[in-house]
Amino acid sequence: MLNKFPLWKNILILLVIAFGFIYATPNFYPPDPAIQLSGQSGAMVIDDSVLQKVEGALDEAGIDYFDGQADGESLLVRLQDIDLQLRAKEVIQAEMGGEYIVALNLAPTTPDWLSSLGGQPMKLGLDLSGGVHFLLEVDLASAVAVRLEGDLQEIKTVLREERIRYRSFELKGNQIIGQFRDIEQVKKATALIRNSYRDLLPQTTPGQNPLSLVLNLSIAATSIIEDSAIKQNLTSLRNRVNELGVSEPLVSRQGKNRIVVELPGVQDTAEAKRIIGKTANLEFRFEAQGKSGERFEFKTPRGQGPEAELEKKAIITGENVTDAQPSFDQNGRPQVSITLDAKGGWQMGHATRDNVGRRLGVLFIEYKTKLEKTVDENGELVITPVPYIEQHVISLATVQSQLGKQFVITGLEQRESSELALLLRAGALAAPMYIVEERTIGPSLGADNINLGVKSVTVGMAMVLLFMVVIYRAFGLAANVALTMNLLLLVAFMSLLGATLTLPGIAGIVLTVGMAVDANVLIFSRIREERNSGATVQGSISAGYDRAFVSILDANITTLIVALILFLIGSGPVQGFAVTLSIGILTSMFTSIVMTRGLVNLVVGGRKIETLWI
Amino acid sequence: MTELKVYNFMGIRKYAVIFSAILLSVSAWSLYTQGLALGLDFSGGTQIEVGYEQPANVGELREKLSAAGFDNPVVVHFGSETDVLIRLQGEPDQKLAEQIVEVLKGDDQQIELRRVDYVGPQIGEELREDGGLGMLTALAVVMLYVAIRFQLKFSIAAVLALVHDVIITLGIFSLARFEFDLTVLAAVLAVVGYSLNDTIVVSDRIRENFRKIRKATAIEVINESLSQTLWRTINTSVTTMLVLLALFFIGGELIHNFAIALMIGVGIGTYSSIYVAATVMLGLNVDREDLLEQVEGELVDDLP
Repeated sequence: MLNKFPLWKNILILLVIAFGFIYATPNFYPPDPAIQLSGQSGAMVIDDSVLQKVEGALDEAGIDYFDGQADGESLLVRLQDIDLQLRAKEVIQAEMGGEYIVALNLAPTTPDWLSSLGGQPMKLGLDLSGGVHFLLEVDLASAVAVRLEGDLQEIKTVLREERIRYRSFELKGNQIIGQFRDIEQVKKATALIRNSYRDLLPQTTPGQNPLSLVLNLSIAATSIIEDSAIKQNLTSLRNRVNELGVSEPLVSRQGKNRIVVELPGVQDTAEAKRIIGKTANLEFRFEAQGKSGERFEFKTPRGQGPEAELEKKAIITGENVTDAQPSFDQNGRPQVSITLDAKGGWQMGHATRDNVGRRLGVLFIEYKTKLEKTVDENGELVITPVPYIEQHVISLATVQSQLGKQFVITGLEQRESSELALLLRAGALAAPMYIVEERTIGPSLGADNINLGVKSVTVGMAMVLLFMVVIYRAFGLAANVALTMNLLLLVAFMSLLGATLTLPGIAGIVLTVGMAVDANVLIFSRIREERNSGATVQGSISAGYDRAFVSILDANITTLIVALILFLIGSGPVQGFAVTLSIGILTSMFTSIVMTRGLVNLVVGGRKIETLWI
Repeated sequence: MTELKVYNFMGIRKYAVIFSAILLSVSAWSLYTQGLALGLDFSGGTQIEVGYEQPANVGELREKLSAAGFDNPVVVHFGSETDVLIRLQGEPDQKLAEQIVEVLKGDDQQIELRRVDYVGPQIGEELREDGGLGMLTALAVVMLYVAIRFQLKFSIAAVLALVHDVIITLGIFSLARFEFDLTVLAAVLAVVGYSLNDTIVVSDRIRENFRKIRKATAIEVINESLSQTLWRTINTSVTTMLVLLALFFIGGELIHNFAIALMIGVGIGTYSSIYVAATVMLGLNVDREDLLEQVEGELVDDLP
């Protein structure tokens, strides 16, 4: 029996090897330290004229740079020396001013021919690059409550206008409950609400007090509110992250009510926490006239003022603010120019039409968490986070005329105006958020983790290679070629798929190296057995591969199942482990079965030999 | 031509049963009475790692933090004399890490904030639930796969071997008070994968030999199969152990417990694929008929 592969199989092996080399190569080019510059808003054009300005500033400061490139949306300047990165950032920021976001970056140095084939280096997880990870939980119930409160105030007004008399109307949990004096009024009110508030469903339960009206928000409306609350929070988080100047931030939704924020490579983690952690909202409310107001403390950058009394109902919230910039009026006095979205503009116009001369307050609402310690029935200390709200008025100004989409707040000091603008821009949250998980990894720890990871892969691999040669001699060499190729393919696939490499991911690679030889161990043990039971050289090679195949397949499929489950239940780093393990299983099946067979066939197949070096 | 040496593995299965029973009951007892030393991922809380230039005195630091008003801080060395890990219950305060660094800096030591982790209590609880659920799902799916590919008795044997390995690995972690965090959970699931790999290779051989060797008792068939796969079992364990040793000694502190869990698991898994799975099969009276059923079933179906 002769062992020969058909030509197509040999070509396939060569193609796979070429594929592995091409897509693993980008990882061997060390990235350049670089500075990335982009505009605060997407409308700004970053072209060669901006680039010249940046390069001029660097020249003046005597910082070595090369290969500056602008693509209209952002520009990138590479530096010779990583120690100059921070200084270069400062120089550029000082030259360009606050309208631009200047971020530290590591620019890949993948050669053009590789990137044109889609080659790119692996992405590094936060535990390897350093940075900040936040998991925020959005309090959706309170977004719904805000909406219900608004509806409640409107209904009261409308009922009064329609002369439908009620004893009381109030919000209890997530229900609006009205009490009336006679049935006639209940019927009128119900009809009116059915017509104008389709999202509010009157609830009728047997035995219910006929003089009361219970309103529930429909499920569809609730989920729309919740969905838009999350989206709004995502948008404002992205805006805040942009203020930080991070080159590749990630802000995305996780599950029903959580948001993940990842800021790789952030050096000043305290600043990041300050900006992300500021979970705030704004409300524009009129100053109360008469009795029905709420009292708040008055706090401005100038210091604390007396209390202010505002109406309970908000005209618009921070959600409606699309932009806020500090500016100056004709007389050079500082002011804040505010732009609202269409809905906000309409509401503002409607509310201020008949209220010129009244004072309009901006209420700043911060959501914070404190921990409360209690002792449960087992006598164990239980710590529960209790959210609480801090509110104060940050501005109170007289309405000079009917306001629209764009208006200004005047009568401020300069520092006050820029701070207020920042708060207005960043404070637009539709629902409060609480930090439920936070991980900060210093940049040096990330670098340490990479070094340790690379070292353990190298050492682990070297020991396995040695062991295989000692035990299986010539065949061990074939297995070693396969193992090396397996590592290369694993890296190639991870790079191509854009998978993120994490520390547990590296552990997964190391484990894969150890376990990938299992297939070859199985095959070679089988070949030895066949030889020992008297089969011919060629016959035992063929039988060894064939018989071991079923075991290898079953064993790998079950491990793949486990890896898949790990991926589904795990988060971040653990998923990284699951990904490397799964890819490693697949690539190792190919290298240890097909590739070693190809090698063995090439060397031994078709020849008449009596002894096998196994 | 050399004859394969057949070891009488099953001859000492009584001792194996006793050995496993002891390990299992000690593990179960420890897990029941004191549970696992849950790491931050599962317990929730705040953890801060700082690096000093000179070796740090953790006792002193502990006193300093207590004096500054921090409640029961846990201060330990992390990996080396110059690395210190501080753990506090709760307080997701934005400035906590800076405050701690401020307190620790005190006598103008250069100090570097290496890592801050805060995990809210609700996240820890969810992870505990997800982890347990994941483990059970993995076992159920694997049991189903083996039942389809092999046969129910093999499937029961494989899953019992896995449960055996997982409980003992967890038990040792509980007894030794090693910290159990997310990476260790990943390692335990990897142990499930590894141990299964081993058990399946052995089961595969047992199935093959039941079909091939006609006049032999179940014990003889199993002994022969185990002997045939013995070298493969040992060699694969050795290569895996080699890389785990590399991870253990070089991989750094964050991977330490991951490597320990896998080393325990691979050791136990190697033992269980020889003794536990095969012993359970014998206990279930596995024989040739079990493996021929499928073929007979097909023949019956072919009848008009």
